[in-house]
Amino acid sequence: MKDKKRIRAANRTAIDALISLLKSQNYLTIAPAIRDGAITYDEIENTSNLPAGWTDIQEAGHYTIKKRNDNALFGYNVGPHSWKKFLFPPKLQLFQAVKDGRTFEIKPAAPDKTKYAFIGVKPCELAAIKIQDRVFNNEDFSEPNYSLLRERIFIVTTNCTQAGKTCFCVSMNSGPKADNGFDLSITEVINNSGHFFTIESGSNKGEEVLSMLETEPASEEQIAMAEEGIKSAADNMGRMLETDGIKELLLNNMEHPQWNDAASRCLTCANCTMVCPTCFCSNIEDINDISGEHTARWRKWDSCFSLDYSKVAGGNFRTSPKARYRQWMTHKLAAWIDQFGTSGCVGCGRCITWCPVGIDITKEVKAIKDNPVN
Amino acid sequence: MTLTDETKLLTEESKVTADPMIPSLFTIKKIFWETDDTFTIEIESQDKVPFNFMPGQFNMLYVFGLGESAISICSDPYKNKTISHTIHRVGNVTTKLSQLKKGDTIGLRGPFGSHWDVDKFIGKDVVIIVGGIGLAPLRPAIYSIFRNRKKFNRVIILYGARTALDLLYRVELEQWSKTKNVEILTTIDRGDSSWRGNIGVVTNLFSYIKLDAMNTYSMVCGPEIMMKFSIEELLKRGVAEKNIFLTMERNMKCAIGFCGHCQYSSKFICKDGPVFNYSDIKDIFNIYEV
Repeated sequence: MKDKKRIRAANRTAIDALISLLKSQNYLTIAPAIRDGAITYDEIENTSNLPAGWTDIQEAGHYTIKKRNDNALFGYNVGPHSWKKFLFPPKLQLFQAVKDGRTFEIKPAAPDKTKYAFIGVKPCELAAIKIQDRVFNNEDFSEPNYSLLRERIFIVTTNCTQAGKTCFCVSMNSGPKADNGFDLSITEVINNSGHFFTIESGSNKGEEVLSMLETEPASEEQIAMAEEGIKSAADNMGRMLETDGIKELLLNNMEHPQWNDAASRCLTCANCTMVCPTCFCSNIEDINDISGEHTARWRKWDSCFSLDYSKVAGGNFRTSPKARYRQWMTHKLAAWIDQFGTSGCVGCGRCITWCPVGIDITKEVKAIKDNPVN
Repeated sequence: MTLTDETKLLTEESKVTADPMIPSLFTIKKIFWETDDTFTIEIESQDKVPFNFMPGQFNMLYVFGLGESAISICSDPYKNKTISHTIHRVGNVTTKLSQLKKGDTIGLRGPFGSHWDVDKFIGKDVVIIVGGIGLAPLRPAIYSIFRNRKKFNRVIILYGARTALDLLYRVELEQWSKTKNVEILTTIDRGDSSWRGNIGVVTNLFSYIKLDAMNTYSMVCGPEIMMKFSIEELLKRGVAEKNIFLTMERNMKCAIGFCGHCQYSSKFICKDGPVFNYSDIKDIFNIYEV
């Protein structure tokens, strides 16, 4: 605990000051906010825009928010949105082209120069961003839009002090506390002795911002209370996933009967891929105006569950729901390790919560693990 | 200097665009039908930069307002002023491409993917097994071998097509077959009264050749079912898994491993493939709908 001395403590006013400060530095401040009955991420002005005093109740195929009996600012887990919608937008224009006789001119889309400040990034979410970093900035190619947004970003992590029923970050080693990769890390403590936040910096940028906020050195007692909250989250994981040898387990059981079983329940609706903070598939769409002289090329989120995903002019490589569910799960938990040196899962539990029929990735893996055919 | 070194040097010089999703513009120099439904376009960069590629690599060809198609390059890799693509007209983009005329413009991103590493086959017998349009992605490798013909031992091409009229590059096949130590055998699915050659699947042709299995390298390209049975024949005759190369096809949108579509278990066909060593994918090759 070499950094213990540098951990600061502050109250809600400091969080408001943080938001103002980031805004004054031209950051677009994004944080959890209640929209359409769910906690999502949107632009905020101050802490009164946060879901203060709200929490979420999650189970397989179930999500609801309800009032807490305190005024915690970050007392919930994750909702249907993830931060990927900002760094990897659902819809992005790649270029426009204009006809010019027998040739045409291509005008690349202007780069998005938004400076995002993400406030309230859960550790599993931060882990997801780090995974997408490897996807979009691999040794072969770097995705320019992602890279530009990513290098300008300011990340404020909020460590989890409670776990949802579909959470399993402990299994995926991605929470409930973030170790690095943030500019500031906040742990909220709310109990009989009061309501405060411990704050530490994880970068020079973060250190600079922290020094401009009204804080005091956190006491041993305050640090202990924050750690206790994090421990309580770790001890109360709603789910667990056995990850030892998971790659071999899944890749050696590609014809396991469990795939058919899952497929018999799966609606191939693609919800799991849309809510997943690491899923990165995209499609291309060309949109023309009525004259046929102008065209625009867009990149849009896609899903391996959609029937067109594997379609070529001469046929379709993956039509059965079994093949599509198997592709998603084996990619997420096994092939991803070969491709990017990390699992594609952070244990946020969204795919379980937002599956309309409540298919539970942890249970599906367990069914194969308990009864492997190979 | 081998082709590999030469191309590595040249591709460094001829990088046109920083964003790999933005096409460069190319002019159609020639467009002609090879068969009833398959045509070839020869194109040239409008920036007049040479286009260097390795045999087996592919490009994303863009038709204004309509979309892109992943198409293998089929021309001689030693010629970099213009490049050619032989294209089977099956979907929207390829149909529109087939209707373009000399002088029209298309967009191009590429070259992408792995290649046939013919340098590996030096001093060995090379057995090429192709089905249908599969001859197109192999043609640059064949050009490459014929340019350095003496470095290789026997060259055997087993080629199956639907009908006699679907056989591609017939003039070249004829020329190549006249070369010493080259055997070219063709077969078709359906013959008519004028056809005097073989009828049946391409694997039937194995009965006409004698393989020196220990000294054979093989390149296979065609429909997956055809590749499956061709590889079985090669293995049965004692060719090592490591000596067999094949090229895979999947849906592709980005060609640089971002869009996800071409995933083949742990591989991205676009950047780990399309050319694979059989031993690297044999565990998944026979799994249905991987």
